[in-house]
Amino acid sequence: MDRHVQVGIHELKNKIIEMGGLAEEAIALAVEGFLASSSQRAQDVKDIENRINRLHILVDELCVRLLATQQPMGSDLRFIVAVIKINADLERIGDQAVNVSGNAKRALAGRPLDLDTRNDFAAMCPATRDMVRSALDAFVRNDQRVAEKVLKMDDVVDGLKNAIFAKTIELMEQGTLGVKQGLDLILIARNLEKIGDHASNIAEDVIYATSGQDVRHPYSRTELKSP
Amino acid sequence: MEHNGSYSGHNGSYSSHNGHVSLVGHGDNFESQTILESKDLDAWFGSHHVVKSVSLHFFSRTVSAIIGPSGCGKSTFLRCLNRMHEEIPGARAKGVVNFQGKNIYDMFSEPANVRRHIGMVFQKPNPFPAMSIFENVIIGLKLAGVKKGYVLNDIAEACLKQVGLWDEVKDKLSAPGLSLSGGQQQRLCIARALAMAPEVILMDEPTSALDPISTARIEELLVELKKTVSIVIVTHNMQQAARISDTTAFLLSGDLVEFGRTGEIFTNPRKSETERYITGRFG
Repeated sequence: MDRHVQVGIHELKNKIIEMGGLAEEAIALAVEGFLASSSQRAQDVKDIENRINRLHILVDELCVRLLATQQPMGSDLRFIVAVIKINADLERIGDQAVNVSGNAKRALAGRPLDLDTRNDFAAMCPATRDMVRSALDAFVRNDQRVAEKVLKMDDVVDGLKNAIFAKTIELMEQGTLGVKQGLDLILIARNLEKIGDHASNIAEDVIYATSGQDVRHPYSRTELKSP
Repeated sequence: MEHNGSYSGHNGSYSSHNGHVSLVGHGDNFESQTILESKDLDAWFGSHHVVKSVSLHFFSRTVSAIIGPSGCGKSTFLRCLNRMHEEIPGARAKGVVNFQGKNIYDMFSEPANVRRHIGMVFQKPNPFPAMSIFENVIIGLKLAGVKKGYVLNDIAEACLKQVGLWDEVKDKLSAPGLSLSGGQQQRLCIARALAMAPEVILMDEPTSALDPISTARIEELLVELKKTVSIVIVTHNMQQAARISDTTAFLLSGDLVEFGRTGEIFTNPRKSETERYITGRFG
């Protein structure tokens, strides 16, 4: 017979998997709509975000209940601590997907995107989705190696965001792109990059849950250890 | 088990230099003077081998917890640390227990003298039933030959204050020790142990018979006491070990499985047996 804490952990894992699936779906709808120059699914993204928010509350409640009643230790404690943080990251990913969807709706109302910007977004959107999918795979399989790969993917997404920022600013300075439309494109890139950051956070939490290693902020950690 | 230098059952490693021991774990080094150590300590009840070659350091002015499932030998090990184990018919111990660098099992050590330096508090509060509160505190001193009334009075007051019992009993010092509540009785027993000014106090599940409030008071007391006394506590309550101890040792079937900083043992133990025990997979 499973102990209460193991039953609770199983339930938590299922809830996070469900949230992760919804977060992936929200990103896919927002991003695909943008790349296909369609804003028809914006309401669907909002509906998914609402479902994520409900799960956000349920997962937190379950974590608090497990901590209070089971006083977990070792890998159980690390898992629950990680889930509390992953839960917050998934909720934020839902918010960011809604933001992308809203920014895309406005950006698509302007003039068609230039080819470079379009290509950069065509690369950034799947890269961001890959990060989230891989981070969730790492969580489902307790796979530290996959989590470590996610952390490396973040640099690619950051690079694409910087390229989009530079190109968009250049076009706005030239006057070939309106400020409102340019700002929306920058915000889309910014939101996608933030989604990548949340995926990185999830990967770090998976590493902590599986190995006990805290890999966050390595430079700050060095400073903490120095006298 | 190899004692000096690196050590296989250890969470991290020991390094020893001039009696100074560093406990190196995942985080910052834990460094303190060793006050008590067992080296290859074995204990038996008849032919039953209960403690198997356990080597452990206990550091000065720390709380050290010993955890493990019932029957793992932790209470027996504890009793070996002040030669209480050999008082049981058919029980014997082999190995070395160094207290401040001297083996308490060598032929010149008197068990009674050992216990003046290494006191003990038991699971169930055990005030002497025929004695008053005051007499319970000073009985050890009296037996040791202290006769001056003002000395006994001063020590009794100091010890009762140290355990936070003075204000509750100062007006009824002649009342029987057994008239106190369970939690008060246990604090009285700790005061009795403190009266001998021991360097180490061994505690065998000292709160298992107490309610949560009394337990919390004893736990707070232990954290306070470690400023002056080193404490080794056997407990079944892992949350208690996590709350109050600096180092934790996990025993299983008489073997030392893992020893390390408490924070690491309870969040990220090295050994799978420890992990399985603290997460309730067995025990």
